[in-house]
Amino acid sequence: MTELPGSESGPAHKTLEIGMALLIGAFGLVVIFGSLKAGINWGAEGPRAGFFPFYIGTAIVAASAINLWSAQRNTDRRLFAAWGQLRQVMSVVVPTAIYVGSMPFIGLYVSSMLFIAWFMRWLGGYRWLTTIAVAVGMPVLTYLVFERWFLVPLPKGPLEEWLGL
Amino acid sequence: MEELANLFHGFAVALQPYNIMLMIIGITLGVIIGVLPGLGGANGVAILLPLTFSMPPTSAIIMLSCIYWGALFGGAITSILFNIPGEPWSVATTFDGYPMAQQGKPGEALTAAFTSSFVGALFAVIMITLVAPLVAGFALRFGPAEKFAVYFLAFCSFVGLSKEPPFKTIAAMMMGFALAAVGLDSITGQLRLTFGVTELLNGFDFLIAVIGLFGIGEILLTMEEGLAFRGGNATINLRVVLQTWCELPSYWMTSLRSCLIGCWMGVTPAGATPASFMSYGIAKRLARRGNNFGKGEIEGVIAPETAAHAAGTSALLPMLSLGVPGSPTAAVLLGGLLIWGLQPGPMLFVEQKEFVWGLIASMYLGNLAGLIVVLTCVPIFAAILRVPFGIIAPLILVLCAIGAYSVHNSTFDVMLMLVFGVLGYLLKKCNYPLAPLVLAIVLGDKAEEAFRQSLLGSQGSLGVFFSNGLVSTIMVLGLVALFWSAIQEGYSRLRTAAA
Repeated sequence: MTELPGSESGPAHKTLEIGMALLIGAFGLVVIFGSLKAGINWGAEGPRAGFFPFYIGTAIVAASAINLWSAQRNTDRRLFAAWGQLRQVMSVVVPTAIYVGSMPFIGLYVSSMLFIAWFMRWLGGYRWLTTIAVAVGMPVLTYLVFERWFLVPLPKGPLEEWLGL
Repeated sequence: MEELANLFHGFAVALQPYNIMLMIIGITLGVIIGVLPGLGGANGVAILLPLTFSMPPTSAIIMLSCIYWGALFGGAITSILFNIPGEPWSVATTFDGYPMAQQGKPGEALTAAFTSSFVGALFAVIMITLVAPLVAGFALRFGPAEKFAVYFLAFCSFVGLSKEPPFKTIAAMMMGFALAAVGLDSITGQLRLTFGVTELLNGFDFLIAVIGLFGIGEILLTMEEGLAFRGGNATINLRVVLQTWCELPSYWMTSLRSCLIGCWMGVTPAGATPASFMSYGIAKRLARRGNNFGKGEIEGVIAPETAAHAAGTSALLPMLSLGVPGSPTAAVLLGGLLIWGLQPGPMLFVEQKEFVWGLIASMYLGNLAGLIVVLTCVPIFAAILRVPFGIIAPLILVLCAIGAYSVHNSTFDVMLMLVFGVLGYLLKKCNYPLAPLVLAIVLGDKAEEAFRQSLLGSQGSLGVFFSNGLVSTIMVLGLVALFWSAIQEGYSRLRTAAA
């Protein structure tokens, strides 16, 4: 919610607000469509599966329409966020997406190690020694607490298989 | 006197060494969760919920509810020492707590905050102890229509009491209901809204949504501000504690008022955050030194902290007795109950006496343990806060991923968590409230079931929701709550027109 300064630019709050209302409205339409497919009238067993969601979807579309209308009337010129701030946010979202995406293939432990190391080294600017200590220590501690103590299995990859864990 | 016997039995359960250990672990984890940015009460409990699957339900809820108390306590530490509210309900505590710390009185502010929290919680537990048996008496009068009316009241109060625009609250809430509807329809057994995606067969789990919306979303919001984080020092010693304790009784009026506000806001599911603001606002208007509020007045710490804890604690009453959680964290606890095979609702008080009274007894003991832990360990917790965000952030993200995975042992859920995280960030920036969204995901199925069952009984006539005194009263209260802001506006217009 930054005031519009001369030097920094970024997407306007109003644009995002409108976009959000449209997105939610579209979601509502999907819900209505899905409910129609499931059947919204009364069947032999009473109201059919789409009965309740249909009205939910209608309410979403109606509320979004009102939100869209009030977003459009809005005249303030606040920024949603400066581009620099959004870059900061993306610098977390993108590696987290890679982290999450690689988890089914290399397991949670290895991907967590790489993720923590990447984050601390490139975003935090820590020394390699600190970075490696935390990046290795955390998954090892996780292994002991979750797998050994509370017996909660976590996804493993080739490395764990090779180590025979 | 059966209740008294039940309560003593509950104490016996809570005082088993294993349960006391879980209590201390829970409180400590809770304070850490409350102190760390990006790990709130709801999110923390959601992450740790899978760890309790192997425990007996009573032990599990003792630990999880202690995490909740701990998080309530922890929020005050960061607000007072660093002017960073670790939790939304401690925002009001920063107004006077941080100035006090800057004037060299952090010990007084912290002691006042912790003690008030304890008083608020104690008041709420006593209230629960007295009211719980009455709830059990209600048990048999609750049919599907009454159940739906209670859900209706809960969600309407969100629309009326929320400070966000009402239509944004409605949009967020309805999204939650829609997400809850995805998957197998519990009555007809038919698939709906899955669009052929097999992963959606079981629908969206609210735990994933909580971890994403509150955990990842919060980290993204913090990242926007950059990695910089300020540090501070905290000392607290016995002399300061005793001195502050001598001073506190003179503010009994503020405490009592804040307790009442808190209990009211906790039972009607408005939650701790509005309770703390409301209590602060009223104290400011009524206190003798009200003009000094915001400059480091101890009363300005007492009021919001007492109310937040009273609300946070009393939120468990509707959760247990009606299955309607009064806060997102209570919603997560409710999810836990369902996972452990306990059906919240009036019957719980009849069928699971040991569980209910064990929990109530643990509330007394847990808050006492919490007070002792926080008073003695403030410097340690403050040191945790000085660990740079560059280290904390990836660790929290990994913890969130582990939490999301272990709910159903599914990596698809972890991806879903990230999607919810980005969504949470955007929704929060656009002032959509997240709490009703999460509550709707939790309660969606049950609300729908109650609604459809009532309609089945009445052959589709909506008159069933006004068919007897009990259900009509709840429905009317709901409608009043729904249109509360409109009613208020109309009233003030009338008054200006008359004047």
